[in-house]
Amino acid sequence: MTVEEGVFYVIAALTVIGALGVVLARNVVHAALFLILSLLAVAGVFLLLSAEFLALVQILIYGGAVTILVLFALMLTRVRDMPQAVDGPQRPFAAMAAASLMGVFILAAVGTKWPGETEKITAIPLRDFGEALFRTWALPFEVASLVLIVALVGSIVLARVEEGE
Amino acid sequence: MIADNPWLDAALRLVAVVLLITVAALILIWAERKLVGRLQMRLGPMRVGPYGTLQSVADAVKLLTKEDLRPVTADRWVFELAPFVVFVPAFLTLVSLPFTADLFVRNLELGLFYIVAVSSLSIVGIVMAGWGSDNKYALLGAMRAAAQLISYEIPLVLAILAVAMVAGTLDLGQIVNQQGRVPYVVWQPLGFLLFIIATLAELYRNPFDIPVADSEIVGGPFVEYSGIRWSMFFFAEYVNLFVLSVLGSLVFLGGWNWFLGNGAGWGLQVVWILVKTTGFLVLFMWLRASLPRLRIDQLMSFCWQVLLPFAFLQIIINGLVLVYEWPDWTLTVFSGSAALVAIWATYVGSRRAAIALPWALAPARRSGP
Repeated sequence: MTVEEGVFYVIAALTVIGALGVVLARNVVHAALFLILSLLAVAGVFLLLSAEFLALVQILIYGGAVTILVLFALMLTRVRDMPQAVDGPQRPFAAMAAASLMGVFILAAVGTKWPGETEKITAIPLRDFGEALFRTWALPFEVASLVLIVALVGSIVLARVEEGE
Repeated sequence: MIADNPWLDAALRLVAVVLLITVAALILIWAERKLVGRLQMRLGPMRVGPYGTLQSVADAVKLLTKEDLRPVTADRWVFELAPFVVFVPAFLTLVSLPFTADLFVRNLELGLFYIVAVSSLSIVGIVMAGWGSDNKYALLGAMRAAAQLISYEIPLVLAILAVAMVAGTLDLGQIVNQQGRVPYVVWQPLGFLLFIIATLAELYRNPFDIPVADSEIVGGPFVEYSGIRWSMFFFAEYVNLFVLSVLGSLVFLGGWNWFLGNGAGWGLQVVWILVKTTGFLVLFMWLRASLPRLRIDQLMSFCWQVLLPFAFLQIIINGLVLVYEWPDWTLTVFSGSAALVAIWATYVGSRRAAIALPWALAPARRSGP
């Protein structure tokens, strides 16, 4: 086993532990904190695939995002008062849905004929990445940011109305 | 390469940098107390060692041997792990921070972005500390910290991004070399101004020390911590101060090169980076002693209404100059005049807010007859 493989298994284990923690933790803040563990481990997977930029974006975005999530958890739920209330009776259904989704993903990943050489990792220079994002795929990129802006403005408008009443 | 084996080489470099940072943080703590003391017409620490130079060492010994308290109602693991989540990212940034042309652990292609991304993780630790303590003051501090740090991260990243646009790279070594004879502060005065303000806020130092305001929330997220865990937060704060000062001098002041030239030797490189970093540090400490604390609403509106639009303005200016290949001096003219407008707008806005707010805040006056 090479060093990379060893590192991969450690990172993969952390991802899975984090993900399981998110769904199994009774406390909603603990779940949010497990989420950051899982997301950071995914950044590690990106690093192993020589996608440094993606890994750093993952860290930068989700560090802030999880903090916001904790804030929402604190503001919208009463963690201290009723620690068990976040859990519902749908547990088995959720587990079934998750398991079947995992099955679909695994089948799709194994069944697809991936183009190019997948055995070897080819690092893509940041310059090419930028060219692709802002030249070749500029329109989808802009549309995606526009959709996010619309969602942002919409949520602000909704929150404002509630505050005013 | 110090050693032949890449792992050994990396380990040796890491040990060297961590030792350097530890000494630097101890010196910084002493220097800040001394400098702030002098600015407030006090002597600062004088008892331990000549001119109190060993005060930091004595404090470190005291903190390490102090009892490590945990409140009974605190959330055990979140409380105990929070200091590490703040401490580790502070040290991780050192991996790609070059001090001279040769003194670094690893010079990454995305070094600049790496430092920004990794240091942003410490917010999670602060929120963990605030929530895990099960203390109202700590939770308030964590809320303030989350709002402030996430908001000011955006102008900080945009100011740095503006420089990366002109440099055409995110490699810190190349950014320093690109600056050649003229550092970027000359081309990007607005970016430099934004960087200093956003850095102050990211380090939650005066006038932005709202998350830890002693007189309001008695130390914020760290109120329940003592002994070694508290000292980890404290230490990480100074490491971040040092790292961002070095980063500022690399990105805006030409790093290890001369101010209006390049090709300094190894010894001179160390001297230059230290001189520039010290400049930043003294500025930050001086501001701490001279400015009063802002309120949280002033802080947030300043970020979103002043800093952010001007950060975008700097990026648009850079884009125009780069695309139409206007001469370099136009950058200085545009960015400089924008910086002046920003200062003027802030001055006028703060005057107006100072007059208007007491009225807006008083509910009795607003309701009317």
